[in-house]
Amino acid sequence: MIVFQGVSKRYEHHASALEDVSFEVGPGEFVSLAGRSGAGKSTIIKLLIGEEKPTKGRVFFGQYEVGKLEDQDLPAFRRHIGVVFQDFRLLPAKTAYENVAFALEVAGRPEREIAELVPQVLDMVGLGDKMKNFPSELSGGERQRVAIARAMIHRPEVVIADEPTGNLDPFHTFEIVKLLEKINQLGTTVVLATHDKEVINNLERRVITLDRGRLVRDEAKGKYILV
Amino acid sequence: MVTVISRIFNFGFKNFRRNGWLSTATVAIMALALSGFMALMIFGTITNAAAAAIENKIDISAYFTTNTPEDTILSIKQSLEQLPQVADVQYVSRNQALAAFKAAHQNNPTITQALGQLNSNPLEASLNIKAKDPSQYASIAQYLSAPAIAQYLDGPPSYYDNQAVIERLTKIVQVVTTGGFLVTILLALVAGLVVFNTIRIAIYSNREEIGVMRVVGASNAFVRGPYVVEGMICAAIAAAASLVLVAPVLYFISPYLDIFIPGLGIFHYFWTHSPLLFFYVLLFGVVIGAFSSFVAVRRYLKN
Repeated sequence: MIVFQGVSKRYEHHASALEDVSFEVGPGEFVSLAGRSGAGKSTIIKLLIGEEKPTKGRVFFGQYEVGKLEDQDLPAFRRHIGVVFQDFRLLPAKTAYENVAFALEVAGRPEREIAELVPQVLDMVGLGDKMKNFPSELSGGERQRVAIARAMIHRPEVVIADEPTGNLDPFHTFEIVKLLEKINQLGTTVVLATHDKEVINNLERRVITLDRGRLVRDEAKGKYILV
Repeated sequence: MVTVISRIFNFGFKNFRRNGWLSTATVAIMALALSGFMALMIFGTITNAAAAAIENKIDISAYFTTNTPEDTILSIKQSLEQLPQVADVQYVSRNQALAAFKAAHQNNPTITQALGQLNSNPLEASLNIKAKDPSQYASIAQYLSAPAIAQYLDGPPSYYDNQAVIERLTKIVQVVTTGGFLVTILLALVAGLVVFNTIRIAIYSNREEIGVMRVVGASNAFVRGPYVVEGMICAAIAAAASLVLVAPVLYFISPYLDIFIPGLGIFHYFWTHSPLLFFYVLLFGVVIGAFSSFVAVRRYLKN
């Protein structure tokens, strides 16, 4: 489903961010990308959602070759993916409900379907009673749950989470990881980038470890080990 | 398609309402700029009225010797009216001239007495000619100087007495109208830039959200649409506000302007033309508002 073939990424005037990285992720997998800050986790995610193009190599997502997509094709492509960020990236002028609904509205889904689905998903992430709150009225953990609800509402094939627990305390971190596991159990592929050792060790799932832009380890039931 | 458009409008209205302070500030600055624009349009009317007032004061008169038959004068009048330069010809007969003269001097016993002593009417019939454009008086005067007409005239047409004054007035009218036009264009440009930058700043503060919308899979039109709608809402409210701002100012200065240009009645003009003025300001504002939003969002739509 996701294929990286000998992918390198260099930014101008900087050392390379990724160096000859190859791996595959199958449908329904839960994969963690581990590594220190600057190891290349975020670069992999940016390449995956088409925010950056590889300097060398190819990135595939299903039938799409992501690096070759034109600007105008990106919106439709991104509707196959749900993304969760460390800084939540919610729309501050929209309520929790509207933030989640937005992912369906951009895809042109009918109002009736939206009115039915959004409360369901917000209930699932435990925010059924905070639908009308604005992001500024929610805690960090709650905001991230809204972001997760938004990432999964359109039933994407993959949910990508880039350091989703980076701004959260251990309790909320646990909650978020539980939610991601739940999404995975429903059949969605999950790619989780994190440098949180606890998170990775408790998951006992596949771990791809990166160090200074290189893939150094890829284990089916990995632990967080750094060289 | 209908769903997309209705959502774009819905988002635009909601954003406008929820970004309360930013919207208020944007509307306030746009209202000032649009007031300037409206003032320019009114200024244009004033200069045109002033120019017209000056132009109206200019005419040339041709006086006919007292023995010229009325038929001849009327046929000359007719031939003048055929000229493309001529706007209007007024015939003042000898009797009309006398009546006007008497009326003008009825309080002056010396003149009334002197007139009574005369057996016949000493005044000459005349044609008062107005040109369509002040610069055309010279050619009309030339036409009148042709021997076929000049033989009936008592001296050359009045143009030659006033040539210098007419030419100077013509010059002033030209300068006032072209100068006013240039100033209007220039200041309208400034007003447009102010509106453009105001909206750009408002959208700059939204740049991160634009990125978020893109990541969630919103198409460019879907990201951009609500901002364009918001720009148009701001412009519409600002246009209404500018009408409210300009009205009292005009009400106050109108009597003073009337001293310089009698009969101008600028407040009356404003009052009777306010729907049209509002329409122009609205059009100007909405077009610039929509265009500015469209352009300002574009730079955040990469990736």
